[in-house]
Amino acid sequence: MLELMRAPNPKAILQRGLQAASGNTLIALFLTLIGTRGFGNNMVYSQCIGLSIWVLIDFTRLTLITNWATQRTRLLWIVPICVVLGYVMGLLLAGRLMGDDTVAFVWAEPRKTLGMLTMSLVAGAVLTYYFLSREQLREARTRAEALQRQAAESQLRLLQSQLEPHMLFNTLANLQALIGSDPARASHMLDQLIAYLRATLQASRATTHPLQAEFDRLGDYLALMAVRMGPRLNYTLDLPAALAAVPVPTLLLQPLVENSIKHALEPRIEGGSIRVSARQEGTAIVLEVLDTVAGPAGDAPDMENAKGFGLAHVRERLLAAYGTRSAITFVAPGLGKTCASITFPLNP
Amino acid sequence: MNPNRTVTALIAEDEPLLAAALKAALARTWPELRIVATVGDGVSAVAQALRLQPDVLFFDIQMPGLSGLDAAAELADAWPYPGADGEASAKPFPALVLVTAYDHYAVQAFEAQAVDYLLKPVQDARLQKTVSKVQLRQQNRGPYAINSEAHTAYTADMEHTLKQLRALLAEKSTPPIAGALRAAPLQMIQAAQTDPVGNGIRMVPMADVVYLEAADKYVRVFTADAEYLIRTPLKDLLPQLDANTFWQVHRGTLVRASAIDTVVRDENGRLTLSLRGREDKLGVSRLHAHLFKAM
Repeated sequence: MLELMRAPNPKAILQRGLQAASGNTLIALFLTLIGTRGFGNNMVYSQCIGLSIWVLIDFTRLTLITNWATQRTRLLWIVPICVVLGYVMGLLLAGRLMGDDTVAFVWAEPRKTLGMLTMSLVAGAVLTYYFLSREQLREARTRAEALQRQAAESQLRLLQSQLEPHMLFNTLANLQALIGSDPARASHMLDQLIAYLRATLQASRATTHPLQAEFDRLGDYLALMAVRMGPRLNYTLDLPAALAAVPVPTLLLQPLVENSIKHALEPRIEGGSIRVSARQEGTAIVLEVLDTVAGPAGDAPDMENAKGFGLAHVRERLLAAYGTRSAITFVAPGLGKTCASITFPLNP
Repeated sequence: MNPNRTVTALIAEDEPLLAAALKAALARTWPELRIVATVGDGVSAVAQALRLQPDVLFFDIQMPGLSGLDAAAELADAWPYPGADGEASAKPFPALVLVTAYDHYAVQAFEAQAVDYLLKPVQDARLQKTVSKVQLRQQNRGPYAINSEAHTAYTADMEHTLKQLRALLAEKSTPPIAGALRAAPLQMIQAAQTDPVGNGIRMVPMADVVYLEAADKYVRVFTADAEYLIRTPLKDLLPQLDANTFWQVHRGTLVRASAIDTVVRDENGRLTLSLRGREDKLGVSRLHAHLFKAM
């Protein structure tokens, strides 16, 4: 995107040219006020010199400065060289246009020549600074907008991945079925759905909650899935009472449990089981999601698990909350098993 | 249609409560319909549908084993040909109703192909519409006798279903967004090789490959004079191959189009390919038979 901004933009070039011409007009006015020549003469010289300098600087810096951060010091020699070259070119051009003998003038009036050169240098430097700072400002704004858009998109994707419509509608379908056949169970399932939805919507904000709440929400989710999958899903949640109050980023484990369901259990006709556990190892907390598929487990576990948006999100959140002292690993502890484990310091 | 004949149906749905709910809803909207089996996965769906030959199929899209769509495609391939196995009459391919919870693209595809579908949670009023449509079609066709007219009807029915399934499967295999990012076609196949000396890799140029055949999780690669086994599943290989060079003639078979010598149709309409450079004969599935129409 920023590369695109760098490509010569005809509209922007025209705009800069017009601004340079206005600057030249001001210089011509100034020269007329302090000097002896007429405005017309000053205007021709001023525009010829000024526009030559502008064309040279603009062309050179667009060609030689493609990365502002590392190459901007090149301006220190681009501007003076272009000003001198542009000055000579403009002077010769204007002399030709006005029928003056430029060389004779330079010999006759060395001080005036040098004075005009100095003025050109100052004007060139000021205008270059003005143009570039405006461009920097515009680019910074575009970049900020792009970042903002990315953040919003990522938030939307997170919300979409959590409130997966397929899951939602299937759950509602089960609920509808239960309302007729088992109203008490339907009511209980509705409570779990409400708790799950509430937690999911709140988790989009960067917050933490105690491990107990994390396990409760996972319990709601797994209970909903167990109604849907029937005997194909078995699960256990193992949280030692001593760790119940440890704070964790909200619904940190949710994507891992969802992955186990989606990649390990759901594709299997026989289903399988999920075990979520927490334990303390020295000064670190280890959270584990272990899935075991039922039936013949001939295949190597599907390490597709280690990819995907949900997991990238878990990594990001871990990194944001605990920095490099946290880790997430995936291993296959046995045939038909996949274990995702998260480690982070107890007292960050 | 014989009014005394009961119309039968099979339900394939992996969520037990939803299967029961659909059964109950069908009992309300179509009391005469007899559910001959309820299965919870795609593999059983194909097996039971072949065994029981019901008139109507309710297939959930997302099922373990095989998806509803793949199960329907496999069933269409395996469905008995009219007059096959000495049967007096061939049963028409069942009316297919696809069931899904939420899938924007799938629903668009269903609409485009005029496939009957239901959205979960299934609502009685919507189910009633689908039932009426299926009933109307059931009345307009009966079991086919072996005569040329009925045979034509059978073929037309089957062709219609196959066309729908082909379109749906094609839709599924080209995701709407990622379509533009296609890699260059695969040039070499790296086949693991185990021989007495040790383990290594055998480089097989795609230009030498005559055909590829899925074998469980593996793919067998056949050149004119050798055979190799690779671990990449056929579905992962497919997007890397040029569809004009390698034709899919069966769910599990890709063949180099220029290596096909003759295509022979037997009296039931089944197609068999013979190849240049290899003795093997390859069967063409119904779903892909449209590739071999005489010009």
